[in-house]
Amino acid sequence: MAQQAGDRKSRWLVSGPPLLYLIFFFALPTLIMVLASFRSPGEFGGLTPLVGEDGVLDLNLESYARFFAESVYAEIFLKSVVIALVTTLICLLLAYPLALVIARSAKRRRDLLLLLVILPFWSNFLIRVYAWMIILGPQAALARGVNWLLALAGAEPVSLLFSPFAVLVCLVYVHLPFMVLPLYANLEKHDQALLDAAQDLGANGWQRFWRVTFPLSLPGVYAGAALVFIPALGIFAIPDILGGPNDSLIGNLIKQQFLETRDWPFGSVLSIVLTVAALGLAGLAAWVGRAGGGSGEAARRA
Amino acid sequence: MRKPSKWLWAAALSGYAFLYLPLAIVIVYSFNDSRLNAEWVGFTFDWYKKLFENDEMLAAAGNSLIIAVMTSVVSTVLGTMAGLALHRQRLRVLSVLVLTPIAIPEILMGVSLLIFFVLLNFTLGLVSVTLAHIAFCIGFVAIVVRSRLAGMDESLTEAARDCGATPAQAFRHVTLPLIMPGVFAGALMAFTLSIDDFVITFFTAGASTSTLPLQIYSMIKIAVTPEVNAVSTLLMLLTLAMIVAASRLSPEILEPSKETSS
Amino acid sequence: MALLEIRDVVRRFGDFVAVDHVSIDINAGEFFTLLGPSGCGKTTLLRMIAGFDLPDEGRILLNGEDLAGKPPEQRPVRTVFQSYALFPHMTVEGNVAFPLKMAHVPASEIPGKVAAALEDVRLSGFGKRLPNELSGGQKQRVAIARALVTHPPLLLLDEPLAALDAKLREEMQIELITLQKEVGITFVYVTHDQTEALALSHRIAVMNKGSVEQIDEPSRIYGFPRSRFVADFIGHCNVLSGRVLDNREGIVGIDMEGLGPVKVTTASGCRSGDQATIALRPEKIRIRKPDTPDGLDNHFGGSVQGMLYMGDVTVYMVHTDAGGKIETLLANSGSGRTRFFEIGDRVEVGWAADAGHFLES
Repeated sequence: MAQQAGDRKSRWLVSGPPLLYLIFFFALPTLIMVLASFRSPGEFGGLTPLVGEDGVLDLNLESYARFFAESVYAEIFLKSVVIALVTTLICLLLAYPLALVIARSAKRRRDLLLLLVILPFWSNFLIRVYAWMIILGPQAALARGVNWLLALAGAEPVSLLFSPFAVLVCLVYVHLPFMVLPLYANLEKHDQALLDAAQDLGANGWQRFWRVTFPLSLPGVYAGAALVFIPALGIFAIPDILGGPNDSLIGNLIKQQFLETRDWPFGSVLSIVLTVAALGLAGLAAWVGRAGGGSGEAARRA
Repeated sequence: MRKPSKWLWAAALSGYAFLYLPLAIVIVYSFNDSRLNAEWVGFTFDWYKKLFENDEMLAAAGNSLIIAVMTSVVSTVLGTMAGLALHRQRLRVLSVLVLTPIAIPEILMGVSLLIFFVLLNFTLGLVSVTLAHIAFCIGFVAIVVRSRLAGMDESLTEAARDCGATPAQAFRHVTLPLIMPGVFAGALMAFTLSIDDFVITFFTAGASTSTLPLQIYSMIKIAVTPEVNAVSTLLMLLTLAMIVAASRLSPEILEPSKETSS
Repeated sequence: MALLEIRDVVRRFGDFVAVDHVSIDINAGEFFTLLGPSGCGKTTLLRMIAGFDLPDEGRILLNGEDLAGKPPEQRPVRTVFQSYALFPHMTVEGNVAFPLKMAHVPASEIPGKVAAALEDVRLSGFGKRLPNELSGGQKQRVAIARALVTHPPLLLLDEPLAALDAKLREEMQIELITLQKEVGITFVYVTHDQTEALALSHRIAVMNKGSVEQIDEPSRIYGFPRSRFVADFIGHCNVLSGRVLDNREGIVGIDMEGLGPVKVTTASGCRSGDQATIALRPEKIRIRKPDTPDGLDNHFGGSVQGMLYMGDVTVYMVHTDAGGKIETLLANSGSGRTRFFEIGDRVEVGWAADAGHFLES
């Protein structure tokens, strides 16, 4: 691209507006939240004045101390991480056959199959959660069938709805497309000749999968894992709607701090812990993925 | 081409069934002549009729529509600019700002914007929700526009300049017409994202403003009636139509975006 | 005065010097080729002439006027891109009319000029088609028509035939020569294909690692390569080095490594004791059975180590008795006979004293 001096002004005309908008409505609010985590909560929500009547600056680590001091928060946080990890794993198991079938379909059918995976992802999130309320409801066929079987075995009836099970099923349901897409993107690029070569060298179907396809797909697996894990860790609506009183996750805790308890500093601390955990683990996955399958772009022109 | 085995197909088909069965149940029950979502009783349009007599629901739908239209207009303009800037310039700051809102859990953006608006004494309502929606839609539009640009032969703009076009003319006569399908697809995506959004809206709408998803949420939480099925079905049809249209316009949106996966 | 003057131009990308103090004069009406391997700086040089890139040092003048500070749209040169770069949303006519519209040519004159340009490239009747409805060769012609429609003084062509298959490429080469003659526009042509360069050009600049190795007519580039690089890059060449024994009455005696004493009669100022390198084209070397008298000045015994049947000729790799390697060839013009020698055969290679040519380094 030409390095003309006149271009510089037009560049800022193009990048300036979105940059300013995002600085104002994304970066700045995030920064304020970080600052809020070091402040004290106001009496009726919000924050205490930055400089109190006694002239002391309101900056402290009390909310952080609270998070680490009261084990109940650490427990919920840990539970959230475990549930997000389990969700990721189940999504991987369900997504792999889907991605493989799409990647190995004829080109014309491939777009349709892909669209079919994407469509549920684009339909309203709450509707997808609500659908599980119907399926798992106590009057619905599934719950009645399960409880009939349990009764045969002499066990107490259970409620499928408002249970950790409901939360997990719905988490997997909502996040499945996030795993299929990067997996497909990876599998689709595989050179089919590799499998022919493996077969030629005597590998059976199972060996071909574990020794060729799967190792090559690891970057896609890591990418998909990050895409599922991050949003799954921060979810609050699913436990809120489908979970019982003991199924709260860190997202519910955050929501509670901001909308019910109105303890902004502590809510901010929880949000920051969530961000660090999500991006940290996802960054780790991406790093492992890149180390496993790095590809550089060759120099372009003569 | 290696054909997937029967077992693989079976696994994949059950995957598709898992994806679509819940949605199908919602649609079917929206025509069910029973207050309980338990078993099929008979066919009825009653729930749709009730829906259009429900003033709260209509007001919420109106709000959602206003927000979605405003959001898609503004975020398409800003997102297209961002897509162009990301393609032509290596602005790390911009790419971080554009892509992070997509990558982080939605709740973080919701709560930080809540603090932000309250501290600025900004009244929560239609405007605050719209401003918030624009912030996270910019990234989606930018990604579509950028992948559209990435698929475009770099030398086309150079050829335009070579033929005597100024940078502005090259953009107007060559770049813009070529990325237009991507821009439209981005607008449809932004509209869909906005009309569907629950989490960020939940935190930035305040007590007095409702949108369709917020309305659905309160109905689910308080008292489930099959009206929820009806409104869900309509909303689903609307957004699915939008996305199918967008994917026709710009097949790039079917391609899982590279930036979110790395 | 030359039409285009490239004066001591330097272009660096970080530590990499893409174009290193290049000076070239190109005259009006010339078909001038920049030839070299990929990465030699030829495309960068072309892009600097077009205005897509700017020199770090040096100047580029067109008709004596410095082009520095002029963006591409203000330069009266046109480019034919390697990818053709036809606007996919415009018809063929739309593409060809585009430069006219940008130049604010009155709308009434545009159709006539477009039709004329399309006729020049023999594409009349294709005006309403879209680029993706055309074959590679047709796209190529549209790209040329678009570049020529405003009659620029200078046309830059960046490997325009690289994407075409061999047969079509040859046809287009002939058409390009004819077209250039007809329209009388100066062509600056970039290619890495030496046969293409030799076939098309009035003059060639051979480039290597950012520098110009030699600027000359095709016959001189081939017959009298100045450097080892040019000798190797253009066609096949035996490059022989040795120490000068004597230089008497125009006959230079050289003790060649792997051969022994060799006589060379091409003019040279070298003196006894100097190192000398000569280039010797395979087709100037005779190969025959040993002890067949032929009166050549230089002959050496050896054995056939390898052979490549190329259809029209067969290339023989001969190892000489003193340990040197000589590449030679025989035309397969005999009646169906293609193998004069087998691997391992004893042979003798020989050449006239005026067949060799001194390289500068």
